[in-house]
Amino acid sequence: MVPITTLHYLVVAAALFVLGVIGVLTRRNVVIVLMSIELILNAVNLNLVAFSRMWGNLHGQVFAIFVVVDAAAEAAVGLGILIAFFRNKETINVDEIDLLKW
Amino acid sequence: MLFLDHIWLIPLFPAFGAAIMFFFGRRLQKATVSAVCVGVVVVAFLFGCGAVWQYTHWSATPEHYHQPFQKIIYTWLGSGDGQLNFVKRDGTLASFNADAGFLLDPLSSIWLLFVTGVGMLIHIYSTGYMAHEGGYYRFFGYMNLFMFSMLTLILANNYMLLFVGWEGVGLCSYLLIGFYFHRNSASTAANKAFIVNRIGDAGFILGALTLAWYLGSFRFTDINKLAHSGSFAIGDPVLTAAALLLFVGGCGKSAQLPLYVWLPDAMEGPTPVSALIHAATMVTAGVYMVARSNAIFVLAPTAMLVVAIVGALTAVFAASIALVQNDIKRVLAYSTVSQLGYMFLALGVGAFAAGVFHVFTHAFFKALLFLGSGSVIHAMNGEQDMRNMGNLQRHIPTTYKTMLIATLAIAGVFPFAGFFSKDEILWQTWTKESDAYRILWFIGYVTALMTAFYMFRLMYLTFYSPSRMSHEVEHHVHESPKSMTVPLVILALCSIGAGWLSWPHSLGGSAHFEKFLEPVFAREAVVLSEEGKSAQLAAGEKEAEHTDKTEYLLMFLSLGAAAVGWGMARRSYLNAGKGYVEPIAAKAPPLYTVLYNKWFVDEGYDYVFTGRRKLGNIRLGVMGAGEASSWFDAKIIDGVVNDVGWVTRAVATLSTWWDKWIIDGVGVNGPAILARMISYPVRLFEWGLVQWYALVMVAGLLGFGVYYVWK
Repeated sequence: MVPITTLHYLVVAAALFVLGVIGVLTRRNVVIVLMSIELILNAVNLNLVAFSRMWGNLHGQVFAIFVVVDAAAEAAVGLGILIAFFRNKETINVDEIDLLKW
Repeated sequence: MLFLDHIWLIPLFPAFGAAIMFFFGRRLQKATVSAVCVGVVVVAFLFGCGAVWQYTHWSATPEHYHQPFQKIIYTWLGSGDGQLNFVKRDGTLASFNADAGFLLDPLSSIWLLFVTGVGMLIHIYSTGYMAHEGGYYRFFGYMNLFMFSMLTLILANNYMLLFVGWEGVGLCSYLLIGFYFHRNSASTAANKAFIVNRIGDAGFILGALTLAWYLGSFRFTDINKLAHSGSFAIGDPVLTAAALLLFVGGCGKSAQLPLYVWLPDAMEGPTPVSALIHAATMVTAGVYMVARSNAIFVLAPTAMLVVAIVGALTAVFAASIALVQNDIKRVLAYSTVSQLGYMFLALGVGAFAAGVFHVFTHAFFKALLFLGSGSVIHAMNGEQDMRNMGNLQRHIPTTYKTMLIATLAIAGVFPFAGFFSKDEILWQTWTKESDAYRILWFIGYVTALMTAFYMFRLMYLTFYSPSRMSHEVEHHVHESPKSMTVPLVILALCSIGAGWLSWPHSLGGSAHFEKFLEPVFAREAVVLSEEGKSAQLAAGEKEAEHTDKTEYLLMFLSLGAAAVGWGMARRSYLNAGKGYVEPIAAKAPPLYTVLYNKWFVDEGYDYVFTGRRKLGNIRLGVMGAGEASSWFDAKIIDGVVNDVGWVTRAVATLSTWWDKWIIDGVGVNGPAILARMISYPVRLFEWGLVQWYALVMVAGLLGFGVYYVWK
């Protein structure tokens, strides 16, 4: 059995990251976009944890916990904005959210 | 006490006559009109005589000694229970009350007697004079109304009721001056009289209200009591003001400078009117009112001095005009103004009794002169210009004789009435403490000389000089009917004898008249003599020489003046034929022009007050000044205001433009427009699709990645 090396982790994380980016770029529903951003953040978490394991210290893991907290906060704020927006516009399609253009 | 208790009936008799004329006059026969209108005045006269007779007895009783008799019928203004309250000057509350009340004292007795007496004679005379005139009932109705007003004025016991009579006589004067209303000159003369009198009346009402405000009553008895109480100092400013205001009223009614102008024009009325209203009675109302207010006047020496000066100046001023007038009635009119000046001179120097005495004698001889001139005019069939008369003594002997008596009386020839009254006035002026009064005496003396001259001028031109009438007129000249000559004779007798009532002490007389008036003026004499004494003390114990010798000298001088005036008139006019030349015109033409044109006072008033004179389109005088100031206000003041406004608006417009186009346009909007222009291409990139932005970021990152990998 081939041992699982850091490289494996990085490949999985890169795959997750690409999936997240594609989701952000292509989906119209803001909820899906937010979920895709979660994917990107978790890809980063995976990298952090993998490098932590490689170096044998806990710095990366601590950092990953911070990122999880950050992600939770970001989701909360994002969904809050989303609800407020829906009340006004009755839509959550990202291509229709264009109020801040010039 | 029948007459005295019913004294209020006296004015009502003529009022009754006037009412009859007003309601039924048009339908009545001339004889009926005469009977009613003359009758009521005769009744008033007899009633008045009875009342005065009873008054003399009543006031001789110990409990009423020297008291005025007062009969208050009801409270006419205000109701007595203080409904019309006002705050007096001292802050206390007084009620505004005026009675329908009547007062009889020696002063009003005298007026009552001669007003009804002379009035009665003039009414009788009018029945002859007006016999051929239209509007006969109208004339007598007005005359009776006048008698009513005059008697109200005389018998009133307060200033407000006096004012009712005062305005009533003014109204009747207006109506009778304008009796020949189809003549323009008569109607304008009536307006002039009415309007000029309004000026005086304003003064009168203000004076009476000032007294009420200060003393709290209109009633003469109350005011006298307060004035005598000693609580007001001599020279009290409010009383002085009140006295001066009352005198303004007197000036209007009694034709003193500068309000005398209406009286000569009042001669437009029928001659009996001139005699009754504008010579004997109404014009003496001012004298009566000032004499009635004597208690106030003695407390106001300044006002007294003003009265004396105005009186003296009026006397000489009017006499100078009378010297050269040609209209027989105008001469007499100016003579009246002049004699009224004497009366005010007397009042002003504190010789109230002398002034009243002159009113009394003047009433007879001036009424006689006017009635005589009326008789002349009647005889001449309406001619009034003395240049067209002459040698009338032959045609109308009764008129001539009676007028001669009147002329002697007014000229002050002994022993005719005018001598006593005029001399008394001059004597009282002479003996006034201050020497400055000698100037007033001199003015009065010159006036006496002028009076003698113009009166004898009138006599010579009318009665003596060669006839200047046309033959046609001369043929028709006739003596007047009995109804006119009998009053003339009676008045002539009075003109002789009236003066004897006050035969002076120096000539062995006892001055009854003065004694009769004593109750009215006694206290004033005390005040004045005290005042005089203090003045004398101040002037260094100058002893006024009340010696008979001086008095004789003055009498002699007066007689001399009369004689000189007579002589001058005789020399100038005895042989005045057709186209004679006035001696003054020959010797001093400019003076003659000035006198003939009455010192140009009417023209002056035209320039100053009426605004009839124009310079181009611009009125002159007060009206002109008003218009000028109105023009100045409208054009200059408002013009400047408008110009300032225009400039402000122009500046504001400019500033608005600057703000809008330069500040906002260039300064504020300019950079904004620039920024927008510059930013336009940039903002095309930002079309609002978030995922496109994200794609660009990703592409950029990939670009960087590829770039670094390749390097």
